This record gives sequence, C-alpha cells and structure tokens, in this order.
Amino acid sequence: MSFEDWFRQDRLPHIYCAGCGNGTIINCTLAAVSSMGWKKEDTVFVSGIGCSSRAPGYIVTDSLHTTHGRALAFATGVKMANPKLHVVVFTGDGDLAAIGGNHFIHACRRNIDLTVVCMNNQIYGMTGGQGSPTTPRGCISTTTPYGCTEPAFDLSELAIAAGANYVSRWTSFHVKELEKAIKVGLETPGFSFIEVLVQCPTNFGRRNKFRQVADQIEFLKSHSLLKAKRDRLLEQGEAIPEDMYVVGELIRRNRPAMGLQPKEAQS
Amino acid sequence: MTSRLEFWQGNIASAEGALAAGCRFFGGYPITPSTEIAEHMAAKLPKRGGVFIQMEDELASIASVIGASWTGARAMTATSGPGFSLMMENIGYAAMTETPCVIVNVQRGGPSTGQPTMAAQGDMMQCRFGSHGDYAIIALCPASVQEMYDLTAKAFNLADKYRVPVFLMADEVIGHMRERILVPDAVEHTGRPAFVPGTPPFKPGADLIPGFPEFGKGYGTHVTGLTHDERGYPCATNPGLHAALVQRLVDKIESATQELSDFDLINPDAEQVFIAYGAPVRTVQQVIHDHPDKTIGFLRIRTVWPFPAHALALFKNARRFIVPELNLGQITREIERHTKVTVTSVPKLGGELHTPAELFAVWEAGA
Repeated sequence: MSFEDWFRQDRLPHIYCAGCGNGTIINCTLAAVSSMGWKKEDTVFVSGIGCSSRAPGYIVTDSLHTTHGRALAFATGVKMANPKLHVVVFTGDGDLAAIGGNHFIHACRRNIDLTVVCMNNQIYGMTGGQGSPTTPRGCISTTTPYGCTEPAFDLSELAIAAGANYVSRWTSFHVKELEKAIKVGLETPGFSFIEVLVQCPTNFGRRNKFRQVADQIEFLKSHSLLKAKRDRLLEQGEAIPEDMYVVGELIRRNRPAMGLQPKEAQS
Repeated sequence: MTSRLEFWQGNIASAEGALAAGCRFFGGYPITPSTEIAEHMAAKLPKRGGVFIQMEDELASIASVIGASWTGARAMTATSGPGFSLMMENIGYAAMTETPCVIVNVQRGGPSTGQPTMAAQGDMMQCRFGSHGDYAIIALCPASVQEMYDLTAKAFNLADKYRVPVFLMADEVIGHMRERILVPDAVEHTGRPAFVPGTPPFKPGADLIPGFPEFGKGYGTHVTGLTHDERGYPCATNPGLHAALVQRLVDKIESATQELSDFDLINPDAEQVFIAYGAPVRTVQQVIHDHPDKTIGFLRIRTVWPFPAHALALFKNARRFIVPELNLGQITREIERHTKVTVTSVPKLGGELHTPAELFAVWEAGA
C-alpha cells in the first residue's frame, strides 16, 4: 500500500502555502505509517489547532481535529479507552509548547503510547506570523517586531526530561532520516516524540531574510548538528555553537508506559 | 426487579449510577466538593474493565472524556466551579462535534475559589451558556442521594440519544449528604443513534440528530470543532452552512423540551407556587409537609435545561411564583421571560440552605 492511499483525495487542494514544509512531513509520516502494515480502521490521527493540525483532515482514517493545545489530552482519552488503536498526533510549536505545554509534559511523564510529530516552524503560521515559544532570539515576527527577546524552548530536551521513551529531531531537509525516525517512533512502545524543524516561507522566512524557500531549508540543513558529532565535540571539550540544532535520535529507552496495545492485538 | 437498600453519600451514589449505566471511562481532576466521585471511580472502574485517569487539569479531563467517547465508550468527568470554568472550552467542542459525555458539577460558592466546602447553585447559567457561541445542552438537577444515582444514569442515556454534553448540576449539600437509597439491580441503558456506513457522518436524521460513527470501525470519520458540512469537513466561511449547523445544534435539544422535561406538580390549584431545583427542593418539601392544606403550590424541576416553560402554565390559578435559589436569581430570570405571573426571587448566598421558616414567611407575606 502506498502512502498516497492514506490521503482523503476529496479534500484536496490543501490549505498550505506554496513552499510550506508541512506537506513534506505529512508525506514522511504517512510513508512511515503505511510501512507499519496497520489497518486504516485501527489508526487514528489527532491534532490541535494551527497549520500542522489541519493534517488529519487530509487523511482517510478516523481523525480528531480538536481545540488549541489539547490534542494530547484528547489523544490520551482515545488511547486509554481503546488501546488497540494506533494513535498519531500532529502538532506544532505554538499548539504543543505554548497553550498545550502542560499537556505535553504530562503526556511525556505518563509515557502514554502515542507517536507525536511536531512541525516546529518557530512561528504561529495560521494566524499570520506571531512569535511562538520556539521563535529564536532576535527573529522577527508580528509580535516581536524588534526581534524576539525571549529564549526559545528546546522541545526535544523538554520531552526527554519529562520522560518520553523515544525522542528524535530532524528538519524538513532530512526526509529519509525523518521517515525512519517516525517509523522507530511508531514501533517504540510509550511516548514517541519527533520534532521537525520546518520552513514557513510566508510568515517566518519572509520576515527573517530567507528570500527563497530553499534558503530556509538550506539554513536548517547547515545549522543541523548530528547528535553523534555533538557528543564528539563535547568529549573533545569543544564549544557547541548556540545557533545549531542537534538532530538525530536523541533518546530511546524502555520506561514503563501506559495505554499499550493488549498482547493479543499485537501481530 | 429487586433493589437493595443502601445508606450512601450523594457523590458515591452518582459514581454508582454511572457504573450501573455502563460508564467505562472517567477522566478527572480532584476538586472539592466533587472529589469522592473521582475517588470512587478510581477504585471501581479498573475492576470492571474500565479506565480511570487523573488528568493534569480540567481542560485535559474533559478533553480525555471526549476522546474516549469517540471510541464508543460511555465517558464522564466530575468537577466543581473552578474546574467547570476550565472545562468550558471543550464543552463547546463537545457541543459542536456532537460528542456524548456526562459532566457532574457539584456546585460550590463562587466566583473564583469562593467557598470550596459550601453549597451553591451559581453555575446554572454557566452550564447553559458558558462556552462561546450558540449551542444547547441538557442539565439535570438532583435533590436527593437517590436522584444523584438515578439522574446520573439517566444522563448517559440522554447524552447518547441527543449526542450532547449532559450536566448533572448537583451542589455540595446533595453531593455530601448521606441518606437512604434504593439501588436497582439494573438501570435502563439505551444506545447512541445508529450510523449507516457510507452516509455522511454528520447528516442528521428527522430528529435532527446524526448517527454516531464511532472510531475504530473503519468509517474514517473526520471530527472537527470548525464549522463543518455533513461529511464532517471544515467549511468555515459559508454563512448559510454555519447558520444551519448552529441552528440545528440548538433545535435538536430545544425541540425536544417536552420530551426531556422532568418535573413534579404539587398542589396545582394553588395561587402561590414555589419553583425549585436541587437542594432548595428539600426546604420547600419541608414547608409543604408543615402546611399540608394544599394551598402551597410547588413546581419541582429535575430537567432545568432545556427549561420546561410549558410547566408554568399548568398552575392555572397562579398569581405568584416564588423561586428560592442558592444564587442571585439565575433561573428566576429564565422563569420571568416565560410568564406574566409575578415572580419573586428568594436568593440565598453563603452556602447554607433557606430555612423552612424563611420560605414560609415569603409565602405568607403574599397570602
């Protein structure tokens, strides 16, 4: 089965802007999901509010497009009430880390068996480009017109500290790595968190000197630092540049988890 | 049917009523004076194959309940004022997505943190109108431990049938008092409206209610809080479609007002009539018990929303309605807009019930 079979064709065209990276991430996610051999009727996509959260509307399975920030709380109800369902959550940086921050850390702590794909575009895209908790210091948004003065959240480190079983970070440039990471997330029992830095040409790139879509993708690529290399640098006592994003598999562990598939349902 | 006699606290009776109704999911957050419901469900649900989960806050509690409901489970939460305020956002989501769920509010004195251990009825308008936008819900008000059980069980049937959040609007007195209760060996359990596979999932039947396309059956239902068409797809800028959807959400409840109404008429020929729901019912009952000459009328309401306005006309000789409430007259205002009869509000704040003497004095002053 191709990942295209998972799309709701009658919902196209989609709402995403030209050059948006969300489609790349949805494709990678569906490629990973389709490689799992799951039945569509056993798979549920859940989301909150924002550009990222429109994704489930384009997927043929049961899908719950919920309120701003609350996707993980809804997903917790779905998964706990019926652990046979595979539950995948799409979210964004504003949805997950600002209004939904409390639900995020508690879902990680519970280590509930969900796979969460976070499209981190470092901005509120849907509402026109306001600053988010991951907007880098100095960056321009409509609510940080003189440059963002707040430090940004490191979502992956937050997930690790809060107890998630699996955490990976990639960018929209790293499509092969991303698809593999999401697959590992789907396979790993417990809470799996995949953060994807993604370009938003309309509301981030255009205000922050990325004249072309490719410029921002190139930036994400050149500012990615593989975790293995980061670890090596640290070992050698070298400094890690502040503007680098550590990418790769950041943690994989087997803490006790909630909402696991009953044994008889596992194939 | 056999039933057994128990001596229970109101909150325990509510939890037991939910269990008897087949509730399989409770998502909650501790809050006085409703906590015993969560504690009882935490103890009992796992042994009955259900799920209890203590969420991180009330926003999450009601969200988890709605998520669980879409898997087909009967699902509920219980809270009080401050938690109820936090739930408003997703109560609107449940109304918009037509998700069956039961919410118990054991009311305490507000606003804000107010009086955690004292009774009030200050959330009656909030439960009707608290979330943004126009919608309609069903609210039941118990006045005894028996009704904590019976009306909680009934709430699940109504939530399923009408695909709407149903509120059990209790209060601290009814939630915490202990009295005898006859526990039936079974309660009526009706299901959700059947979904016909292949049809649009949000296409209503003649009763304005769509069939329930539960998750996990291969229906591929898309559920969104955005204005949606009959397929469930977002369609948020079509004025006619939005107006028709919201009108239907309201009409499916309000057009069923007669069917949903649940009230007792006592001394229907009386000229002065008490109207009460919840804890003040008990005081009015005492007044009538003390003055059994049939001159004191009483409209005792269990289903407060949708408001049974037609009941008011059943008191043909009424020249005054007297409305004791543990708030500043929230339902008084609703009564006033449905009648030309004089309406006297008897508000009581502070957490204590009206005394029978207080209420009789109001009646006597108009006799």
